Amino acid sequence: MTVSEKDNATPSLSQRRAVIEIDNVSKVFGDYVAVEHANFTIHEGEFFSMLGPSGCGKTTTLRMIAGFETPTTGAIRLEGSDVSRVPPHKRDVNTVFQQYALFPHMTVWDNIAYGPRAKKLDKAETARRVDEMLEVVRLGDFAKRKPTQLSGGQQQRVALARALVNYPKALLLDEPLGALDLKLRQGMQLELKRIQREVGITFIFVTHDQEEALTMSDRIAVMNAGRVEQIGTPREIYDRPSNVFVAGFIGQANLWPATVKGHKPNATTVEVAGRTLDVSQDDSALGVGDSGTFMVRPERMYVEQQLSDESRWTVVGTVAEMVFQGPVVRYELVLPDGAHAVAHVPARREGLPVPGDTVHASWADDAGVLLADPHNASPATSSNTSSNTSPTATEPEPKETEQ
Amino acid sequence: MAGESSLRKGRKAPYALIGPGMLWLILFFLVPMWTLLRIALSEKPNAFLPDYELTWRWANFSDAISRFQPELIRSFTYAGVATILCILIGYPLAYFVAFKAGRFRALLLGLIMVPFFTSFLIRTIAWQTILGQDGPALGVLKALSLVSVTDAIGLTSNGAFLNTPQAVIGGLTYNFVAFMILPIYVSLEKIDPRLMEAARDLYSTPAAAFRKVVLPLSLPGVFAGTLLTFIPAAGDYINAELLGNVKTGMIGSQISKLFLKESNYPEAAALSFIFMAIITVGVLVYAKILGTEELSA
Repeated sequence: MTVSEKDNATPSLSQRRAVIEIDNVSKVFGDYVAVEHANFTIHEGEFFSMLGPSGCGKTTTLRMIAGFETPTTGAIRLEGSDVSRVPPHKRDVNTVFQQYALFPHMTVWDNIAYGPRAKKLDKAETARRVDEMLEVVRLGDFAKRKPTQLSGGQQQRVALARALVNYPKALLLDEPLGALDLKLRQGMQLELKRIQREVGITFIFVTHDQEEALTMSDRIAVMNAGRVEQIGTPREIYDRPSNVFVAGFIGQANLWPATVKGHKPNATTVEVAGRTLDVSQDDSALGVGDSGTFMVRPERMYVEQQLSDESRWTVVGTVAEMVFQGPVVRYELVLPDGAHAVAHVPARREGLPVPGDTVHASWADDAGVLLADPHNASPATSSNTSSNTSPTATEPEPKETEQ
Repeated sequence: MAGESSLRKGRKAPYALIGPGMLWLILFFLVPMWTLLRIALSEKPNAFLPDYELTWRWANFSDAISRFQPELIRSFTYAGVATILCILIGYPLAYFVAFKAGRFRALLLGLIMVPFFTSFLIRTIAWQTILGQDGPALGVLKALSLVSVTDAIGLTSNGAFLNTPQAVIGGLTYNFVAFMILPIYVSLEKIDPRLMEAARDLYSTPAAAFRKVVLPLSLPGVFAGTLLTFIPAAGDYINAELLGNVKTGMIGSQISKLFLKESNYPEAAALSFIFMAIITVGVLVYAKILGTEELSA
């Protein structure tokens, strides 16, 4: 299945100029399909992420944009001109590599000056740009050091400056924060956003960390097994995933088998967990009698012994487990048909149901989403690293360098 | 008290560890060097007896230089040319094995090493046979009537491979090229391929990426390979003896002749010292020019 871009979802972006167009691009290594019919457009000044598990094709797509790989079929256009077969040194895009790939025999200054010198800019302009970039990444005092004398976070910023100093049409970032520890990574996420706002350059960011993608991106392309599953803003992807894989990969989700019973104007009637209820979406590809998957996010669920709001949809279940997680309490419920439900409830001090209690699990009308693909044998809740929807998702991809 | 004694033990441990090595160096390096120096400053009272007596005759050194100047120059010239040939042959080969050989890498490294399981002397004698007047190499050239061509380009002289400087330099190159390939291979193999991609990404052509990134990062290997090739090649006399003639004598042959045939120990010792001094100074200068900065990186 190929999901094409939903431009109407982000009207402000669609009016901007297209910087990179991925036009029906596929990449095959031997008999392994790394990327299959990818189609999307990245706009000027956008922070665009490619998100997916190991081997989903995100790094291969990035390497094709950089010029290290050539598409097997399809075309990559940079500001309108086809660059599919243009070698990397003739493309106006620059890469921040995983593990940085700084030149160990050069100082920080010379590392950053590498691109301007290769482009034969005059000395004064090179020096002006390098010094400017050292300011942007706040490394002015480290210009004379060698990369090995810097911390991981500082090396990261040198790599960023080395790429940005060329004022590329797009900056490609290949899991740039993967080598940093959690605290530093969170700091660098904000730093990257700040720098992107400052320089206004299009960023294309590859990551397997859904939280990172949600935090930083204007739009995200969720990829799996070589295919682009969905493209949209973090909010759209989180609230309206287009299929079971996206629902399970981004955040946590209750995914229950659902059978379509009928269509109403602006709603679809489905049978879920032994109940009949309406989902306020009528664009479903499903006909009467088809089976799909019903999704509710755990934090959208209420768990109460006395239902407080009759307008919500409700299932009755038994509390199987209750785990205090700080800001929230995580409930695991067993529904009458044997299905499980997970709910995250604000950790109030009083009146929380305990294991064994019979409770109402309820959600507001707009919290339920009907997904067209049938539910498989995966557990009710998928963690963010699961890739259980496709048997090929865990196959190694030859050119991926993720660790 | 216990803490103090363990501290003292801790201080002594490093000396205890280098002790055996130091003893080895004193016994088998410093003592022989001192003995050699005393011989070099001795005189030979009787031309027909191997005896010598210490007279602090420093003129032995200047005598040796003036008498063996051609051989000294020849040694360093032959070794220098052979080393350059080793770099020209060895670097591309090491590059290929490190970056392009893929799954054949181990096999190729093995093939480079295999000839060295045979003795140095036997391999050189084999070349003597191959290149000899009735050997296969000249036979092929004669059959193809190419001898005049190879004479013209300097590969042979007067229709012969042997007894020429070319043959000696060729032998040195053949015998030492592996010592060039292996250190260069090791330094190339350590280079992260992403550095080359980074250079390409930053607007360098493949050639520029090689010149600015790969070559500087592999210089420590070239440096090590040069030392491992040049020093033994300069001191070698097997190749000069077996593949050359009187006109291609190198310093090693002269030392061996002085020592074994003329029994002129003082002059042999003085010549050895001069040779070592030139090598030491040369290596230091070379390290200063090429080595220090790259090696410290």
